[in-house]
Amino acid sequence: MINKIPNSEITDSKAFKDRRRIIKAILAATGSSIVPAFAASDNARWQNLPKSNLSTGIMTTPSEIVENYTNYYEFSFNKKEATKLAQSLPIDPWSLQISGEVEKPGTFILEDILRQQTLEERIYRFRCVEAWSMVIPWVGFSLGDLLKKVNPLSTAKFIKFTSIYQPEIMANQNTNTVLEWPYTEGLRIDEAMHPLTLLAVGMYGETLPKQNGAPLRLIVPWKYGFKNIKAIVKIELLKKPPTTSWNTFARNEYGFYANVNPLVKHPRWSQNSERLLGSEFFTPRRKTELFNGYGEQVAALYKDMDLRHFF
Amino acid sequence: MIQKSNLRLKILIVCWLPLLFLLVDAVFDNLGSNPIRALHIRLGDWALRFLCITLAITPIQAVTNWRGMSEYRRMFGLFTFVYASLHMLGYLIVDQVLHWKIIGVDILESSYIWFGIISYFIIFVLAITTPNWSKKVMGKNWKKLHRFIYLAAIAAVTHYFWQLKGNLAEPFLYSIIVFILLGFRVLISFKTRHMSKLMIPKGRKTSKLSD
Ligand code: HEM
Repeated sequence: MINKIPNSEITDSKAFKDRRRIIKAILAATGSSIVPAFAASDNARWQNLPKSNLSTGIMTTPSEIVENYTNYYEFSFNKKEATKLAQSLPIDPWSLQISGEVEKPGTFILEDILRQQTLEERIYRFRCVEAWSMVIPWVGFSLGDLLKKVNPLSTAKFIKFTSIYQPEIMANQNTNTVLEWPYTEGLRIDEAMHPLTLLAVGMYGETLPKQNGAPLRLIVPWKYGFKNIKAIVKIELLKKPPTTSWNTFARNEYGFYANVNPLVKHPRWSQNSERLLGSEFFTPRRKTELFNGYGEQVAALYKDMDLRHFF
Repeated sequence: MIQKSNLRLKILIVCWLPLLFLLVDAVFDNLGSNPIRALHIRLGDWALRFLCITLAITPIQAVTNWRGMSEYRRMFGLFTFVYASLHMLGYLIVDQVLHWKIIGVDILESSYIWFGIISYFIIFVLAITTPNWSKKVMGKNWKKLHRFIYLAAIAAVTHYFWQLKGNLAEPFLYSIIVFILLGFRVLISFKTRHMSKLMIPKGRKTSKLSD
């Protein structure tokens, strides 16, 4: 169990749902209705997974909030809109290509990978550069375990991840808006092999919703949200650092490392505090922690580095 | 006369509606996953919209020759002040709960907020110098002071631009609006300064000699 925040900060899931239910009842009685943008799917595949001891022991954010608040710029800049549009992404079957500095490169069907890996539930903090945060129970497996299966060569120093490219479906890819598509991200090999680094296929015991990165996404809990690339189709092991989307777009604003760090502000806004979603009006922001609270596990990776320079 | 005060009342009610809808959405938990940010966005957007409406009155008047609108300009200006104040108070109280240390760091490190503060400062000064007596006391300076409203608009649009990551369409729209309104104003002042001798005033000016 890692550091805690007082539970009172988040409206607990049940109270949240109760409140919604009361409101819905009132609305139903008056003949109106609010339809949640996306109701949770019934696909409760992974309700009884082993709980990882790498989990952060704090209360999770209500799943409705997580499902309706996610950036997916391929579809739209508007989070709600993106959630709606993401539903059109075909994800079955899904294959993952692994190439580069490895002994056994190949293209693998996701279902086959899942059969080989032990899935776990891991509750992690999630901190976006937009200064909001959540606590999410992911379902997934260690990236390191997958990489070991393809035998990385000693020349592999970096990893590049590439998202799906489907301009017919993803409007902003079609119009080449803002970022260079497809979305790419990268890690140093030691970051990739770190036990906290996760490839997620689900959350809240269910299949990952499309807007949250289905069917396969990266979760590196001590880094800002944009590192956690969605809908991964390709993993390359490289000798040199890869180019990554946001870093290419604005080098001075989004670093390659993008470690959560309250002392390194974004050029245009503070990263010193964050709004924990699920907290009510009149709840103060939460102080952002160095490495998002995972310093004990990951600080050693950066021990001789100037974090202000390598932000 | 009756018709006019009726219109005034209608506009007054309409101007409060965005706040009413916001309160309804807050009570019914209809502000989405990040209600506090939604609050900032709603109030900030309406402050900027009222600011644009206020700025639009003079050009509309010039184009339509309808002189009756200038009294509404003051009203829209005051609603700009109302929504901007709520926006600022929402930040301080609803979001930061008056935790001054965190607020201090947040403001120092967030340059987009500086532009908001500049804009709010101007709106505040213009609002407290709104009453007629203040207009009388200040004489010619009043007009000069109230031209700062354009600076408030530019600062507000910059405040908007400066907080985004790459999706600049909406603030771009507002900056075009402000640019057109400002351009119009410059054109008019140019026209009145240099061509007033050539222009023969016409239009329905008769209805309001007190202007
Ligand atoms: C004391 C002054 C002010 C403060 C502290 C302040 C603070 C903020 C904050 C915290 C946000 C939300 C940022 C985010 O999380 O995305 C915001 C957004 C915004 N503010 Fe302000 N603000 C101030 C003054 C103003 C004024 C005077 C105006 C307009 C006349 C304004 C217009 C806006 C607009 C248009 C947005 C963006 C709304 C959107 O995203 O659609 N703000 N402001």
